[in-house]
Amino acid sequence: MEDIRILAIESSCDETAAAVVLNGRKALSNVISSQIALHTQYGGVVPELASRMHIEAIDHVIRAALAEADCTFDDIDAIAVTNGPGLVGALLVGVAEAKAIAFALGKPLLGINHIEGHVSANFLEHPDLEPPFLALIVSGGHTNLARVKDYGEFEIIARTRDDAAGEAFDKVARAIGLGYPGGPKIEKAARCGDPTAYPVPRGKVDDNAYDFSFSGMKSAVLNLLNHAEMTGESVRQEDMAASFQAAVVDVLCDRAVRAVKEFGEKKLVLAGGVAANGALRDGLAKALKKVRAELIVPSPVFCTDNAAMIGAATYYHYVKGERSDLSLNAVPGLEL
Amino acid sequence: MKIIGIESSSLVASAAVWEDGKLLAEYTVDHKKTHSQTLLPMLEEICRMTECEMKTVDAVAVSAGPGSFTGLRIGAATAKGLGLALDIPLIAVPTLDATAWGLFGVKDLICPIMDAKRGQVYTGIYRFDEEDRLSILKASCAMDFGELAEQLKALGGRVYFLGDGVPVFREKAKEVLGENARFAPAGQDRQRAANVAALGALLLAEGKTVTSADFAPEYYRESQAERVRRERESKAVVHD
Repeated sequence: MEDIRILAIESSCDETAAAVVLNGRKALSNVISSQIALHTQYGGVVPELASRMHIEAIDHVIRAALAEADCTFDDIDAIAVTNGPGLVGALLVGVAEAKAIAFALGKPLLGINHIEGHVSANFLEHPDLEPPFLALIVSGGHTNLARVKDYGEFEIIARTRDDAAGEAFDKVARAIGLGYPGGPKIEKAARCGDPTAYPVPRGKVDDNAYDFSFSGMKSAVLNLLNHAEMTGESVRQEDMAASFQAAVVDVLCDRAVRAVKEFGEKKLVLAGGVAANGALRDGLAKALKKVRAELIVPSPVFCTDNAAMIGAATYYHYVKGERSDLSLNAVPGLEL
Repeated sequence: MKIIGIESSSLVASAAVWEDGKLLAEYTVDHKKTHSQTLLPMLEEICRMTECEMKTVDAVAVSAGPGSFTGLRIGAATAKGLGLALDIPLIAVPTLDATAWGLFGVKDLICPIMDAKRGQVYTGIYRFDEEDRLSILKASCAMDFGELAEQLKALGGRVYFLGDGVPVFREKAKEVLGENARFAPAGQDRQRAANVAALGALLLAEGKTVTSADFAPEYYRESQAERVRRERESKAVVHD
């Protein structure tokens, strides 16, 4: 079969990214322009500023992705773009850019789901990985456990009822004075902390054995902080970070193990920004080993928002003949 | 010389194909703000009807601001994508200059106003001189409409208002300027890609182009987060 090169564009949140992916499996380039330094000044992502940064960066990033892949537009078979979920203003930049490029060159256009992209990041480093498998998607905006029945075919088993796991990380990091971005900062602090120092509840949802609730954990931390402030006790930042992180990891491991047992899948793929968290990777690897299932994780560069993962996801839609038309829109709440 | 014009700074979405002083096609829609869905299909349609092959296009003229932040970015990303893919330059056409161009030849004051919310308008003051050159009496800015009306009154004479700020500020304009407040008729009263392309052609002749990679819209207003932060920091300085 002939080689397919997809130029993928991603701008759903605070990274402007472009990549060229070969046959859905090999990232020929993966360029990411991060806005973290800007948003850190505001303690979190400011949507309007993110959109402004995307516009400034996008052509430079696409050019760099083509150059790094040693390609020109002539070598590209299709243009792919994240069209949701994400921040609407941020998504629109990538979507309008991709549509214009596809139109100018007369090449096929495909709008791709960001979450499917995260899961597909695993195809880039695991050439033998094929559905079916389980996928645990943990990021700043999403926490889902899904059965991936075939390429692009997802059945959601669990979702969060309130905050996404990454969102809870950010909020707790802010509350204990670590700041943005919360995930890496909590992980670092937790390394020197005692995970049993503070009681953080393992949030459960009464009517569904799988769904997540992370706002209770966040509230427990806030309550502990308030209580300490009132009684004049000092709070050890490292211990609080470790206790909170351990609770999140416990809950995610519990659901993963339960799903492996119930559905008899032998592989679980971890995806999303929080997949870069070492404690989560270690915890899941251990828990899954006990039930003889394999944990598959992407390298950190493919955990963060990137375009190579979008290119990987696109390939399977492309070969099925799926195309988007030029009225493709950004859909902030796009479902899997 | 073939130029694509793109205008999506306000409620109007508009695309045009201009060639050697001739407007081959223009598609303008002022109905619901769905630019992200409609703009590219509109451009595709007029290119198809005029048998305009994209590889024959020399430049993309884009309405560069001020205006709706999101609207400007949809136009900007569209222009940048075309420029990048076709390896052609962009022409950043100031939105209000192009709007004023819609009243070509008018010797009275021309004042495009775009509703910028919070009682403000994005505006500028223009007049066509005796040689029919567009002269800029007040450059693009965001300001309170009341203050603008007083400035126009001080300048004296008739003022033609146009733009989507007119329905919002018509009565106020009449209050301050009386009979001198005039309003452009439909067809000449809103942003149009034909004007962006026509003015873009003049700028192109002067060599005023920008690469697609370096183009970004001019917002003429900082984001709310930046404003809040600046206000907080300036207060902090006072208290120190």
